[in-house]
Amino acid sequence: MAKSGTLILNAAARLLLPLQLLFSLFLLLRGHDEPGGGFIAGLVAAAAFALYLFAFGRRPLSRMLAVSPRDLVAMGLLLGVGSTLPAWWVGEPFFTAQWWTIPIIDFKASTVLIFDIGVYLVVVGSVLTAITALVKTDQHEDER
Amino acid sequence: MQLAVLGGFAMASLAPLLHQWFGARTPRVMALLPAAIAVWLLGQWPVIAAGEVLLLEWAWVPGLDITLTFLIDGLSWLFALLITVIGALVLVYSGEYLRGHRDLPRFLVVITAFMMSMLGLVLADNLVTLFVFWELTSITSYLLIGFNHTDPAARKAALQGLFVTVGGGLALLAGFVMLAGAGDSWSLAELVQRGETLRGHALYTPLLLCVLVGAFTKSAQFPFHFWLPNAMAAPTPVSAYLHSATMVKAGIYLLARLHPALGGTELWVITLSLVGALTMATGAFLAIRHTNIKTLLAYSTVMALGTLTLLLGLGTPQALTAFVVFLLAHSLYKGALFMVAGILDHETGTKDVTAMGGLRRAMPRTAAVACVAALSLAGLPPLLGFVGKEAMLASVLAAEAWRPLILLLAFTAAFLTLAVAAIVALRPFFGAPRETPTSPHEAPSAMLAGPALLAALSLVFGLAPGLLDPLVAATLAGIGAPAAGVHLALWHGLNLPLALSLLSLALGLLTYRYWDRLRARLACLAPIMARGPEAGYEALMAGMVAVAGWQTRLLQNGHIRNYLAMTLLVLVGLVGHALFFRHTFTLDVDLDVYLHEAVVAGLMVAGAVAACVMRSRLAAVAALGTMGFSIALTFVLFSAPDLAITQLLVETLTVILLVLVLFRLPRFATLSTPLERLRDLAVAVLTGGLITLLMLSVLSGERLPRISDYMVANSQPLGHGHNIVNVILVDFRALDTLGEMFVLALAATGVYAMLRFHARDHAAARPAPPRESDDG
Repeated sequence: MAKSGTLILNAAARLLLPLQLLFSLFLLLRGHDEPGGGFIAGLVAAAAFALYLFAFGRRPLSRMLAVSPRDLVAMGLLLGVGSTLPAWWVGEPFFTAQWWTIPIIDFKASTVLIFDIGVYLVVVGSVLTAITALVKTDQHEDER
Repeated sequence: MQLAVLGGFAMASLAPLLHQWFGARTPRVMALLPAAIAVWLLGQWPVIAAGEVLLLEWAWVPGLDITLTFLIDGLSWLFALLITVIGALVLVYSGEYLRGHRDLPRFLVVITAFMMSMLGLVLADNLVTLFVFWELTSITSYLLIGFNHTDPAARKAALQGLFVTVGGGLALLAGFVMLAGAGDSWSLAELVQRGETLRGHALYTPLLLCVLVGAFTKSAQFPFHFWLPNAMAAPTPVSAYLHSATMVKAGIYLLARLHPALGGTELWVITLSLVGALTMATGAFLAIRHTNIKTLLAYSTVMALGTLTLLLGLGTPQALTAFVVFLLAHSLYKGALFMVAGILDHETGTKDVTAMGGLRRAMPRTAAVACVAALSLAGLPPLLGFVGKEAMLASVLAAEAWRPLILLLAFTAAFLTLAVAAIVALRPFFGAPRETPTSPHEAPSAMLAGPALLAALSLVFGLAPGLLDPLVAATLAGIGAPAAGVHLALWHGLNLPLALSLLSLALGLLTYRYWDRLRARLACLAPIMARGPEAGYEALMAGMVAVAGWQTRLLQNGHIRNYLAMTLLVLVGLVGHALFFRHTFTLDVDLDVYLHEAVVAGLMVAGAVAACVMRSRLAAVAALGTMGFSIALTFVLFSAPDLAITQLLVETLTVILLVLVLFRLPRFATLSTPLERLRDLAVAVLTGGLITLLMLSVLSGERLPRISDYMVANSQPLGHGHNIVNVILVDFRALDTLGEMFVLALAATGVYAMLRFHARDHAAARPAPPRESDDG
């Protein structure tokens, strides 16, 4: 699985990646009211990165990501656990959802959204961890 | 007070840091905390002596009714004082004993943590709190016995002590739960007021037996006594502290504490008296077979613990008075003797008493301390041990049940203990000097201060036992005995106990005189001894390992098809049982199927069958894909867009993963025999059939209110979202989702670790491994 993309694949990956990522963010944010949500959005983003990986290989991908997928998993877990805590602050039971409205843009912010972002990061991170690990061992095999 | 105990734990964790600042003086600095607590306790004495009970409350887990309440009455005051005073002395002593030891900081961490756990145990008012501290003492004891962790014998002894005491702890927990249920309270202060109710309760017998198992294992009663002598693998300060003065008395403390609540019944009296008397005799008898000074002392501790149990079992005011005196006397002399044993070991390099002799010239002060403490152990005037032993014999003579047997056992124990005392004090210090591995000289004063103080107290209280009257009275109030009119005296006139004492003195000295010959004779008993309770423990452990190995080989055999078959069969068994036996199975559906639905279902079936029979891997994968996309189509048809999207995305990612994996797999081969395939087919048909039946049964009648109605109704008002699936995932059932997130993260970590180590193994097999520096 070295850098062996064809021209069409390379061009498509380059063009599709931002679109797919944008779409995944769209799915993530609208998920509470329309079909979507952190899990689905995470899968879309992971698929986008996988396409990029196929086209350009592992090193360009990790250079673009700048963080290790395993750190994404850890960040997601932290957000998930962290979103349970604000309820304690206002004296409600653990995990009670908290809602705030951000005034000017009239945006519903909530611990639920933070939690969903946590799900998103865990999904992206887990899938990418598995895929890049597989690619890496492939490369070992190739160099043999 | 709670802060002092919790602060003690904090200080324990800071021990390594303190060690960097204070170096070899750290133990002395740390001894200030127990000393301060002891001073505080002494300051409370006027309140305690007046018979008042201090309740210091602090809500810990309010939701579960668990409080960190400390209960200080005469009983817990006495125990707390022993723990802190002896604790401070032992800390100072250990600083000298382990001087320059590499692991001194670790030792200080654990022993301070133990000290605080023990303090919490005797002060706790809430049963749950008491149990937590109880288990903490077991764990810290484990760490202390196994302190020399490079020695396999020490590790084994540590595990044995842990298993026995924690096993008893489980029984104790069950007993506590029943106790709290029967007495309708978790508070000891309230439970001891409800003795009548508890003793009359239907659960009294199981409850008492469970509590007794817990107490007996902790306090090394027969037949659980074997762990205590083995625990002597610990450094000597630990033996002096945990295994004579404090931890082994936790069970005794618990029995004394619960005496007003549970004591006095026939079951209590007979069990405690007989077990106690048996333990006494066993301990004393086993002691004289050994020549290792620590083992000798350990068995004599077993004997003393038996005595305490016996006295609690008898339960008369006289016996309870004897209990308190004996408890105090034992803590003083046994602590002192163990520290002397440590000095001998430290100075001569051996623990074998037969290898020592004539040491009084080299270490006169140690010899004097040892003699005073041993006189108290022997129960000779004018020491506190004498007062204790006389009171014990007098209460045994007044016993109501099984008097001849108990008297015989107690008397045997008394004279054998006297022989043990003689062996411990006379053998090493008198007679002809012998060559020892290192040349002996007097112990440093830091090591001698502790035993000297304890021995001096034995002497002072022995000469003037009247000093103890108020303390004994206050303690008796805690055990629930009439406290008025306690008068301790050294001299009771010529009476039967004194006559028995004289007889035991004669027999004890005879035993000492012919000890070497007696030991040789007793050697022939070794084969019988080898079948004692310890052999039972070994057999139990071996059996557990064998069962674990058997079931692991059976269940964890590494073949995914077996795991799957096992999981599915269990599922079929449980679901089938619930479906056909717990509910009446009804099948009442009229299926109206549209053509396009039938086509999608047919596609699914075809995909599944094709995946099973294909001879090429790529074709099988494609067939599976057909099935997956058909499922997604089903979700679309039945208007579940979220599920459909998820299914499609998962299918897509599966393809990606397969592309990555496909080339790395070995050639497609048939590994299973036709018979195995038939078996797998049967499992599959069974599972599929049952789940189909389940679905049909669910559809054929509204048995339970549909949970989705609640979700639909409350998604917008409570969850502020229109997408019910998402609201369930991130709000209603968010805890489940959080769990799933962790599962996913663990799975990813597992994949990463497996592949990475796999790659490294390959790399190691090659001469020049290309290192991958980044791991993105």
